[in-house]
Amino acid sequence: MKQDFSELRLDRVTRRFAGVGGKAFNALDELTITIKRGEFIALLGPSGCGKSTALNCIAGLLPLSGGTIQLDDLRIDTLPPESRGFGMVFQNYALFPHMSVERNIGFGLRMRGVSAAETTMRVANALKLVQLTGQEHKLPGQLSGGQQQRVAIARAIVIEPPLVLMDEPLSNLDAKLRIETRAEIRRIHHELGRATIYVTHDQDEALSLADRIVVMKDGVVQQIDRPQQIYAQPANLHVARFMGYRNVIEMDVEGATGDCVELRDRGIRLSGVAMQAPPGARAMVAMRPEEIVVGEGPQGRNTLAVRVETVEYGGRDSLVGVVTATGARLFLRTAQSAAPGDALSIHVPAERALVYAPTPA
Amino acid sequence: MNTQTSALARAPFDRTLLLAAPATLFMVALFIYPFLYGLWLSFEPAKGDWLANYHKFFTADNLWPTIWTTLKLALPATLINVGIALPIAFRMRVKSRYQRLITTVLVVPITLGTVLIADGMLTYFGPKGWLAHLLELLPFYEGPIRLTHNYWGVLISLVISGFPFAFLLILSYITGIDPVLARAASTLGASPAAQFRHIYLPLLAPGLAMCFCLAFVQAYSVFPSAVLLGAPAGPTRVISLAAYEAAFEQYDYSLASAIAMIMGFVQLIIVAIVLGLRGLFYRGPVVGGKG
Amino acid sequence: MSGAKSWLDRAWSGLLWGTMAVFVVNVAMLIATVATNSLARRWLGTWLPDGWTVNWYVQAWKDYQLSDILWVTMEVVLAVVLLSLLIGVPAAYALARRDFPGKRALMLLFLLPLMVPPMTYGIPLATVLYKAQLAGTIWGVILANLIPAAPFVILVMTPFIEQIDPNLESAARVFGAGTARMFTSILVPLLAPGILAASLLVLVRTIALFELTFLTAGPDSQTLVVALYYAVFAAGVRAPQSIDAMAMIYMVVTLVWLLIALRFVNPTQLVSRVKEHPRVAA
Repeated sequence: MKQDFSELRLDRVTRRFAGVGGKAFNALDELTITIKRGEFIALLGPSGCGKSTALNCIAGLLPLSGGTIQLDDLRIDTLPPESRGFGMVFQNYALFPHMSVERNIGFGLRMRGVSAAETTMRVANALKLVQLTGQEHKLPGQLSGGQQQRVAIARAIVIEPPLVLMDEPLSNLDAKLRIETRAEIRRIHHELGRATIYVTHDQDEALSLADRIVVMKDGVVQQIDRPQQIYAQPANLHVARFMGYRNVIEMDVEGATGDCVELRDRGIRLSGVAMQAPPGARAMVAMRPEEIVVGEGPQGRNTLAVRVETVEYGGRDSLVGVVTATGARLFLRTAQSAAPGDALSIHVPAERALVYAPTPA
Repeated sequence: MNTQTSALARAPFDRTLLLAAPATLFMVALFIYPFLYGLWLSFEPAKGDWLANYHKFFTADNLWPTIWTTLKLALPATLINVGIALPIAFRMRVKSRYQRLITTVLVVPITLGTVLIADGMLTYFGPKGWLAHLLELLPFYEGPIRLTHNYWGVLISLVISGFPFAFLLILSYITGIDPVLARAASTLGASPAAQFRHIYLPLLAPGLAMCFCLAFVQAYSVFPSAVLLGAPAGPTRVISLAAYEAAFEQYDYSLASAIAMIMGFVQLIIVAIVLGLRGLFYRGPVVGGKG
Repeated sequence: MSGAKSWLDRAWSGLLWGTMAVFVVNVAMLIATVATNSLARRWLGTWLPDGWTVNWYVQAWKDYQLSDILWVTMEVVLAVVLLSLLIGVPAAYALARRDFPGKRALMLLFLLPLMVPPMTYGIPLATVLYKAQLAGTIWGVILANLIPAAPFVILVMTPFIEQIDPNLESAARVFGAGTARMFTSILVPLLAPGILAASLLVLVRTIALFELTFLTAGPDSQTLVVALYYAVFAAGVRAPQSIDAMAMIYMVVTLVWLLIALRFVNPTQLVSRVKEHPRVAA
């Protein structure tokens, strides 16, 4: 078992399952990524996208159907989980209900034959790291959800694994605790200085935690990039939709110069940035509600005349639903007051109207 | 739950509870009362002082040894049944088509019951049965072995009916343990053997104790096979047979009740010992974390 | 090293499967022996009998008055199933829906008859039934068989009722259903799968329950399994083939019901109260 490493390489890692009626499907299709020491990677996608499958494959809990996993020059995909030496935090924590907090955390060390004295010391350090000192003799059933969560993290990191795997560790916590623990996880990751792979379906979690995000859908990687890139430049319409580009309308392509694309749908004209290779006759334009503003654009460009349909008050701003002259429904966030029936001019900067090839929704 | 308890506190009586009344009355009349009546009757012997029945049981040569005769059958049978069932059930803990098939097959001897097993064994294990034929094909087989009308016949019949029982019970306990716990242990470096020792065994201990008790109590009250397959005059004269003879052959209900009470008492002691040992182990939910 | 380990692993696995196979094969052979003997003209120390006949079934039917015995068995089993549901289901409902002082004691009362073997409480029970002049009658047999059956229904039904959301009943009341309507239109349809499972389990167990019937039955109130015991006990009076023919009839009756039951319940439920709820065929 390696304690330290410089990179983990996944090469075309594939996992097939027998589906309904015996037809095999790829729950994970050729995942290729190289993870460096110190990196925090988030696997992001809706449920059933293959992110947990990927994590279980790396942990060794699921055998691969194809591809290889290498830790530096050591091939590990053929090793059983107990020989890989990764730390894992499970969604429901999977704390051993019959062992005290102390024994839960020390379990991995005992399995490695670490001496009793050293185990005690390292468990104490781990408890301090997750701020649970004083709880060591309780059983998991006597702890709150947040405390159980931290025991699970301590148990995974006390063995000083090269890689910590986390499977939606915050999904069972309430909203407030979730944000607190998120910061905690980031802090622990930095103190440990190894690598973390974190599975989640929550964009905010992925954006705030990760150095790089892997967006997945139906077992296939859609985009691997830094959070800023994923947020501002989604590689395709799926990623865009998932990252909150709520307004998607289909339009005709009028012409393109470089990245800049001119679009038209009857009376409406828009220019946007092409995110994918040359669009054909039709294209989809995606815009965030936050990036549409009320008022005219410079020289009246990219401006639409709309009628307000719905207003959802949200404190700092409101989510306003509007309809264009062509009947397309759009949403925008604005601090200005608006009422249903109002006529408005709205405008979106050309660089924030992203143009994609049309795909079925 | 809270609204229910507060409703209970407010209203003097909850009519829903009346639904449990018929069953409760029935059990009191036909289970508790006969038991107490039997206890009382055991102290009202046909002749002699109030302890005469118990005195007789522990002095008569054809009565008190029945306790040891029964224990000599029941304890080994229970140990065999639980001991074999545990590793096999552990091996088959993952839900599969085999698991369903095996459980279905094993439920057959349980449902058929001891009388039919005894009848079948008389022919199958008998001196001219198929088993004897099969054994004669073996090169090192010397002379006939007797498996009916003795101790071994009864022991085998206890295994045939008791092993499936222990297996199904243990399997239901094992499948109740969240498999994620073993997976968590494996990521922490526990080999399959270590997973069994540190995770499954401690979580299974209370269930195993329970299973041992139930299997033991069944074997201890062995009756039909001891009569039909054993040597009811000697080596397999079990305690339930003694009680039956007292009641239905000598019509001494008082003595029969006393024997039944002693029988219940011995079972209680064994069960108390085993369940007492269980107290040393963790008891609680067998899933990790909440939800 | 890993080679040696996997070799050990395979040997251990083989040993376990082998043990299981030996067990299953022997039980199968045991049953096959009974079947073969019941159809044998003469079978003395050979692999297979000299010839085949169904006469033993005819003879067993006559000798043991099997039509009467089957009739009694059916009456007893039906009565036990119906009565155990009648007193067990309401009790299970109360236990599942309410918390009250003494609930644990009551649960223990219902658990005890399943833990104490029938032989232990059967003798005092038989004594009481004799005093009440019920022993030897079919009613005595039915009452005796109800003692393990009713608690069994309660133990199967309580978790089943617990998993039905009590809000459904509240909702029905909010929308104006009275107690009777609530019961017939909400509870009965929801409970039906559980009741079906419980009645099949009780049915199979009652057919095979020997001790209590044996201790309380008279000559006219024997069930099939008790009659079979007496036939084996008095072996030598009749031809062994005739006894085995009767055993086959008993076996077929039991197995037919077992097969029906297994369509609706998990095999484990016959021996224990498992956590998962009665699985109803989808």
